[in-house]
Amino acid sequence: MMAAQLHSHRYVISVAVLIVALAALAAACLLLGSVDIDASAVWTILTGHSSGNEAWDVIVMQSRVPTIVTAALAGAALSISGLLLQTTFNNPLAGPSILGVSTGAGLGVAIVMLAMGGTLGSVLGTSAGGYVATLVGAFLGAGAVLLVLVVFSSIVRSSTMLLIIGILVSYLASSVISLLNSVASEEGVHSYVAWGFGNFSGVSTTQLPVYAGIIVVGLAASTLMVKPLNALLLGTRYAENLGVDTHRVRIELLLITGVLTAVVTAFCGPIGFLGLVVPHIARLMLSTSNHSRLLPVTMLAGADTALLCALLSTGFDHVIPLNAITPVIGVPIILYIILNRKKIQYFN
Amino acid sequence: MAALFATHDLAVGYVHGKHSTTLLSRLNLSLEAGQLVALLGQNGAGKSTLLRALTCATSPIAGTIEVAGRNLARIAMRERSRIIGLVSTDRIQAGALTVTELVGLGRQPHTGFLGRLDDHDRAIVASALHSVGIDAKANSYVAELSDGERQKAMIARALAQQTPIIVLDEPTAFLDAASRIETMQLLASLAHDQHKAILLSTHDISRSLLLTDELWLITRDRKVVTGPTSEMIHSAAMNQVFSNRHVAFNVEHCDYESIP
Repeated sequence: MMAAQLHSHRYVISVAVLIVALAALAAACLLLGSVDIDASAVWTILTGHSSGNEAWDVIVMQSRVPTIVTAALAGAALSISGLLLQTTFNNPLAGPSILGVSTGAGLGVAIVMLAMGGTLGSVLGTSAGGYVATLVGAFLGAGAVLLVLVVFSSIVRSSTMLLIIGILVSYLASSVISLLNSVASEEGVHSYVAWGFGNFSGVSTTQLPVYAGIIVVGLAASTLMVKPLNALLLGTRYAENLGVDTHRVRIELLLITGVLTAVVTAFCGPIGFLGLVVPHIARLMLSTSNHSRLLPVTMLAGADTALLCALLSTGFDHVIPLNAITPVIGVPIILYIILNRKKIQYFN
Repeated sequence: MAALFATHDLAVGYVHGKHSTTLLSRLNLSLEAGQLVALLGQNGAGKSTLLRALTCATSPIAGTIEVAGRNLARIAMRERSRIIGLVSTDRIQAGALTVTELVGLGRQPHTGFLGRLDDHDRAIVASALHSVGIDAKANSYVAELSDGERQKAMIARALAQQTPIIVLDEPTAFLDAASRIETMQLLASLAHDQHKAILLSTHDISRSLLLTDELWLITRDRKVVTGPTSEMIHSAAMNQVFSNRHVAFNVEHCDYESIP
């Protein structure tokens, strides 16, 4: 019983710490930025009043609040995608960016942009039809890469080989994107490159409900998969013996992953490392692979990590591209995990 | 009365593309509650293939498998998971689960959509742990177990599944001598005391084989010869298991030996 109690203590403490950190990071993101706004003015604006400075009102309500919501949801979505991919492919180093799913979504975005306007300009078209098409493109691109991975995963059994195939697919998609860029206008290329840096500030208040709605549905769907995810820890044959239709479950899991990765990639750009790293942070915090605890903690830790990245990216005078920050946080953690894999339970 | 588990003119093998290779055919085997049966054969003889077909991991090339008179292929996956439990040598990624959590996964066929365990499930998990004798490790991580303990935990997981039939693919393959004997004794007591029908495959021929009630021998000419263990080990069939002419079964040592 003692260990069981220890486990539930650890879970409660982890959730509490992550929620407090989420609130603190959100507050920091509200207060820090290229424009100095007093805490009292931010509070006045948040409670629905005007601070008297119209520019401040706009910055807080139209920029900082949407960025916080966008970042938190993107972090949760990418991290859950990573967790689902790691369990589905039985591969602790899987993640939406390393397996090429994000690049696939990016390719979809690029193709839609080229087909619609002849340029890659204004990645998320301003019209409603424009960004729905972009979303569909991103989803089809992510879906195509996931399909390739599924086919290869049944041919090559080695999980390292699957990672290499993901990286190869990613290179291929990148080269197609480069080809598309070479025929696009200079302005289009510029905005595409800017999109590629990653950005949590690109979702407007009118787009936010669609973005948030799809992610919340995807995250909710993932929580319903806890039981089959745990069965999959034992491998396909055991899972099937436990009554899990592994074929159907894998498709459902990849569908959720595809939707979550595609939405985030379409709106925020291809963001690396979060999906790979955060599930490991959650496992290390909890010391468990049990998805009933791992899934909520991964979601929260993902939101926290993304807010931290957002803060480092836009909280200071100079805007630093997101994709320059995520590797700095991600690489040391991955190295720590690789170097300590003998000591870490979930590898054994 | 129909046997608990029986095959009718079963043929098993593997399919690649449009071609299929039949390894074993015309199998009419039966397994009763309370029986411990060992399936013996040399590597590549088709032990795993037969077990895969019997557990519905692959479909048979011909024939049917019946459980208490019902065609197994027509039973839905979820119900099947309450009939046959499996212990295989597949690698599992459950190192960071506790032994209790791992054994609790065996309750999945009985739990609801979210897989939550109630007091009844927890009592069954505890008694499964007790049956295999690893109560003391209940809260250890699976990663911390020895190979023998890990195998016991996997058997406990199958027990928690509460199936009348348990199929084990090479349960003693990676175990040391002491753990092998212990595992065989455990399986014999589960069959005889808890009235389970237990089928295991092995190429580990030793005295512990004497704990089984029946042997199914896959001979080198791809026939399956069955009979009570005590009779089988004295029969000529024992010398038809391995294709090598330089080994012969020694009844006294209960093992194969080379002929000079």
